[in-house]
Amino acid sequence: MLSRTLLLGAVSVFALAGAAHAETLTIATVNNSDMIRMQKLTEDFTKKNPDIQLEWVTLEENVLRQRVTTDIATKGGQYDIVTIGTYEVPIWAKQGWLLPLDGLGDAYDKSDLLPAISDAVSVDGKLYASPFYGESAMVMYRKDLAEKAGVTIPEKPTWDQIAEAARKMTDKSTETYGICLRGKAGWGENMALLTATANSFGARWFDEKWTPQFDQPEWKKALQFYVDLMKEAGPPGASSNGFNENLALFQTGKCGIWIDATVAASFVTNPKESKVADQVGYALFPTGGTENHGNWLWAWNLGVPAGTQKAEAAQKFVSWATDKAYTELVASKEGWANVPPGTRKSLYANPEYGKAAAFAKITLEAMNAADTSKPTVKPVPYTGGQFVAIPEFQGIGTAVGQQFSAALAGSVSVDQALQSAQQLTTREMTKGGYIK
Amino acid sequence: MARAVTTRRKMTFTIIGWAIGFVIFFPILWTFLTSFKTEGTAIATPPQFLFFDWTIENYHEVQSRSNYMKHVTNSVVISVGSTLIGLALAIPAAWAMAFSPTKRTKDVLMWMLSTKMMPPVGVLVPLYLIFRDWGLLDTRLGLVGILTMINLPIIVWMLYTYFKEIPGEILEAARMDGASLMKEIVYVLTPMAVPGIASTMLLNIILAWNEAFWTLNLSAANAAPLTAFIASYSSPEGLFWAKLSAASTMAIAPILIMGWFSQKQLVRGLTFGAVK
Repeated sequence: MLSRTLLLGAVSVFALAGAAHAETLTIATVNNSDMIRMQKLTEDFTKKNPDIQLEWVTLEENVLRQRVTTDIATKGGQYDIVTIGTYEVPIWAKQGWLLPLDGLGDAYDKSDLLPAISDAVSVDGKLYASPFYGESAMVMYRKDLAEKAGVTIPEKPTWDQIAEAARKMTDKSTETYGICLRGKAGWGENMALLTATANSFGARWFDEKWTPQFDQPEWKKALQFYVDLMKEAGPPGASSNGFNENLALFQTGKCGIWIDATVAASFVTNPKESKVADQVGYALFPTGGTENHGNWLWAWNLGVPAGTQKAEAAQKFVSWATDKAYTELVASKEGWANVPPGTRKSLYANPEYGKAAAFAKITLEAMNAADTSKPTVKPVPYTGGQFVAIPEFQGIGTAVGQQFSAALAGSVSVDQALQSAQQLTTREMTKGGYIK
Repeated sequence: MARAVTTRRKMTFTIIGWAIGFVIFFPILWTFLTSFKTEGTAIATPPQFLFFDWTIENYHEVQSRSNYMKHVTNSVVISVGSTLIGLALAIPAAWAMAFSPTKRTKDVLMWMLSTKMMPPVGVLVPLYLIFRDWGLLDTRLGLVGILTMINLPIIVWMLYTYFKEIPGEILEAARMDGASLMKEIVYVLTPMAVPGIASTMLLNIILAWNEAFWTLNLSAANAAPLTAFIASYSSPEGLFWAKLSAASTMAIAPILIMGWFSQKQLVRGLTFGAVK
């Protein structure tokens, strides 16, 4: 009896010791298909690291941003790994909210990262988040509709060529619209597209002294072009369309041209979801009388908050989820077409990936064409392609986005929208101390 | 003849009643139907009402991706826990205000309600810091505490109006018979106010169940209730309506069923004053 009790005691002590040793990492992430796939594959990680357990917190993008910002700003320490965009990384790194990732191990080949992406997540040469998947923007169009309309879209189109093709493809009697572009207000919605478009027209958000530039002719040209084109060749109610709404329109065969994030290519070519899967052609983001292709660049990255107690284990996980071996793991389990795109050179050098994903070449070209350190034709004091990497941009971008969305809906004129944008941006930038 | 008119009027009212009921219920019905569609049919225009290929794929997907039972347990603990604690605090408070009011009682009631007038995000950071320092972040205890405090004004207000309907003479009679204060509240007041207390309780459970600001912001992995479960199915890039609908249906099912069973108490409680 005594021996049994002793044995039981010993076993429980060991069990307790084991439990105390095992670390649990809490990972905050968004609900994107690549992230969900990562969750499903984590067994591979826990097998290799039996002393680390994983807890996932998946949240809607805006909820996640608010939630994680609160935690990280107060050093709450709720999360050991957070999924953040290229907008947050430089801002948060400068605030000291993120740990520099210097413990990723030898297998993590930093030089293999695409330079544009690597720059976007580094501050002073140090990596502050590891890119999980990356994207730029490009033109996707219906080859069959283009042929029917008798137009060709070159690999490097201008906005005028796009507009002409869109107008010819439009047939409102069959609910076929030449072009679908984002119109829903938001710094990450319509302002992503419009900032990139404005870049390609030679416009900029601010001059070197942080004076807003909405009163300049380039912005007027870009916005007028967008509103006119959408009125003639866009779907009804475009001012409430975002990425998902346009995706649905394109997949059901209602759009001739859709210009949006490169990641969309994997959705529209998926025959299970898309009616037009075998009819999609691609081109680079259009230019408007400049050599600038908009410089749209985004990546979802894994970062480690400064408040975590488990930095070492967290970096181990980040390394597992973003190194080359992970790519191969996904390929072996789910096929090359499902590998997270847009972060590593080696993926695009891989002939198997090129074969599985018809959009690989153009995606790489689009990403290489993006330069977030010099996003505009004229000089600017900021970085960021389809956004301005300053903390105030979320608020300003959304407020300006509401003005431009209203212009698209026709409730204000283009001139009025630009004027309000100029006023509100000047006010906020003065409040923020940028304009002295 | 008079009879016929009554029937016709009855019929008209019945039809109007059902029509309004259907309009109010429609979003829930639509969510329910969407949860059985594929992502493609969920966004199809024109929308398909009943004749589509029904699938339970979304429920399968949601089940395999989330730990539903953990979220349900958290929701139950948080909503029931906070309501019970709230009632324990509010019954004596409402008793005092209803039966021995002072000239400041109205102001106190107003002050309590005024705490609900501030947008919650205004106190998010200070509360987050308190929670962090007390180790309450991502704990059920913390969420029970915050929801108790948030719903307390409503509980007090509701109970106060119910208690006001009860004649004070009955309580006086109990006091004449030598009942102590505790006995008076437990054996005389509470039984008489049961419909009111029951409906307050049910309404607060529903409010706490659906509360999405604090439960999302103060929880992470361990204490996350069903609100977090729903929030995890919205996607910035990719279609999600069908899966989100499946998750929503699963999240509202328990509270909906509870609502159905307790409908009688709820209606009786809410119309308590008028029918008496």
